[in-house]
Amino acid sequence: MKPAWSIILFTTIGGAAQGMAVVAAVTTLSGAAPQGLVAQMLWTSLAMLVAALVASFFHLGHPLRAWRAILMWRTSWMSREVIVLPAYIVLIGAWALLAGTAQVDGNVARVLAVLAIGGAALLWVCTAMIYACIRFIQEWAHPLTIVNYFALGLASGAVSSGALAMLAGETAFAASLAGWALAATALAWITRGLSLRRNAGLKLRSTPQSATGIQAARVVQTSMGFTGGSFNTREFFHGASLQAFRMAKVGFQVLVFAVPLASLAWAVATGSAGAWLLALASQAAGLLVERWFFFAQARHPQNIYYQVVS
Amino acid sequence: MSQVQEAPETLAKQLALVIDLNVCVGCHACVTSCKEWNTSGAAGPLSDLNAYGERPTGTFFNRVQTFEADTFPNTQTIHFPKSCLHCEDPPCVPVCPTGASYKRKEDGIVLVDYDKCIGCKYCSWACPYGAREFDEERKVMTKCTLCVDRIYDELLPPQDRKPACVKACPTGARLFGDVKDPDSEVSQAIRERGGYQLMPEWETQPANHYLPRKVTKA
Repeated sequence: MKPAWSIILFTTIGGAAQGMAVVAAVTTLSGAAPQGLVAQMLWTSLAMLVAALVASFFHLGHPLRAWRAILMWRTSWMSREVIVLPAYIVLIGAWALLAGTAQVDGNVARVLAVLAIGGAALLWVCTAMIYACIRFIQEWAHPLTIVNYFALGLASGAVSSGALAMLAGETAFAASLAGWALAATALAWITRGLSLRRNAGLKLRSTPQSATGIQAARVVQTSMGFTGGSFNTREFFHGASLQAFRMAKVGFQVLVFAVPLASLAWAVATGSAGAWLLALASQAAGLLVERWFFFAQARHPQNIYYQVVS
Repeated sequence: MSQVQEAPETLAKQLALVIDLNVCVGCHACVTSCKEWNTSGAAGPLSDLNAYGERPTGTFFNRVQTFEADTFPNTQTIHFPKSCLHCEDPPCVPVCPTGASYKRKEDGIVLVDYDKCIGCKYCSWACPYGAREFDEERKVMTKCTLCVDRIYDELLPPQDRKPACVKACPTGARLFGDVKDPDSEVSQAIRERGGYQLMPEWETQPANHYLPRKVTKA
C-alpha cells in the first residue's frame, strides 16, 4: 500500500495522545499525579487529538462531506472511529477544563479517568480494526494489529508524559513514570516484533492463477493494459526502493524502541531531562517511519493485476 | 483478522457479465466504448490527466490486460478484460463509512452515490480485485455501473439496452444477463463452458464469471 502522510500523522499523533490521556487517568486513579500536571497532560493530549483529527481531513477528497461518515456505524469500523474520536475529544476537553479549576470533586475526576481509559481503548480498537478487518490484506488481518495500536500508543503516551513532566519541573513524578515507559516500550517492541516475524513468513493466498483463473504452472502478466499509470498503480504500491524499505524496517526499531530504551535507562540512572527529551524525539520520529512501514509492507492482492506495463 | 460475515442474502436477480477468454482478442474496444459512454453521462466525466503528455492517466471502469501462460512451445497469450465483478458479497460495501457504496436489491449492481462519497478511498482498499478507481478531478470513487443508465433506458431500441462494452465487442466475448435465471444466456454459458469466478479464496462470490480458454490441438 502507498503510505499516506495524513494517515501516518493521524494514527501516530492520535495514538500518543490517547496514551497520554491514559497515563493522566491511571495516575489520577492511583493518586500519584500532581494536580497541576494532570491538567497540562490533558491539554497536551487534547491539542494532539485535534491535530490528529485535522490531519485525517487531508485524506479526504471531499472534507466538507465528512459528517456523512458517522452514518454507517453498524458495518464500518471507519464510521465507528469517526464517531468515537470527536466524542473522545469532547471528553478529554471537558476533563481538561475541570482539572484546571481549583476544586475538582474526587469522584468526578475518577469517573472521567475511567471514561478516558475506556474511550482510549475503544478508539484504538476502531483504528486498528479499520486495517485488521480487511481479510485479504494478510499483513494486517491479525489480532497483533490491534495489540500493536494499543502497545505503541501506550509506549509513546508514557514517554511523552514523562518528558512533559520533566519540562513542567515534576521530576519526582517523571522518575516514577520511567519504569512504566521502559516497560511499555519494551512490550511494544516484543508485540511489534511478533507481527514483523509473522509478516516475514506470510504465504500469500492469492496468485496469478487464482486472480485470472488460468490453470497453468506459469502465469505471468505481459501487459496491464495502459502505459501512464492509474489509481491502481499509485495507491497500492509504496514506490520506495527495496533498500529504503529494509532500512525503514531496521530504522524504526532503532528509533522507536532501542534508543528510547537506552535513554530511559539513562534517565532512571541520572534523572536527566535531556534523556527524556531524547527518548521522546527518537520515538516520535521513529513512529512516523513505523507507520510508513506498516502501510508499505501490506501487499494488496490487486497488485497481481498490475505487474508489467507492457 | 477476518470479520465473521453473515451469509449474504441471496437476491432474486443478479445482473453480470460473462467474459469469454477463448475469443477475446485484446482489441480494447470495450475499454474505449466504456470510457466513451461513461464519460458522456449525467454522472460527470471520467477525468483524464496529462492526456497529451508523456504519462497520460485517467479514470477507466474497464481494462484489458494480457497474460502469458505455460512455457515454450506450449505458450499461450490470454487477453483478460477486468472490471467490477459485482460480487454477491461485496467487501467494498460494508466498509464505506457514508453508505455511498451500495448494492442494489433489485438487480445486484454495486454502485457509488457520487454525491455522498467523501473520497476516503477505503472501499478501494477493501476490493481485492482493484476494480475501483478514484477520480482525481471529481475526488470521488468511481467504478463500473454495468451501464445502469443504458440497460433500463426505454428510449433505446431493446437490442441496445446492454452495457456499452458488450455492444462494442467485435468477437462477442462479453455476455450480459441475469446469473440467477437458470435459462439466461449467461447462466447457460457458465454451466456449459465451465465458467469460473476470480480469487475464489476470498469468498466474495463475484457475479461476473469468466469462460476458460480451450486449447485446440492442431
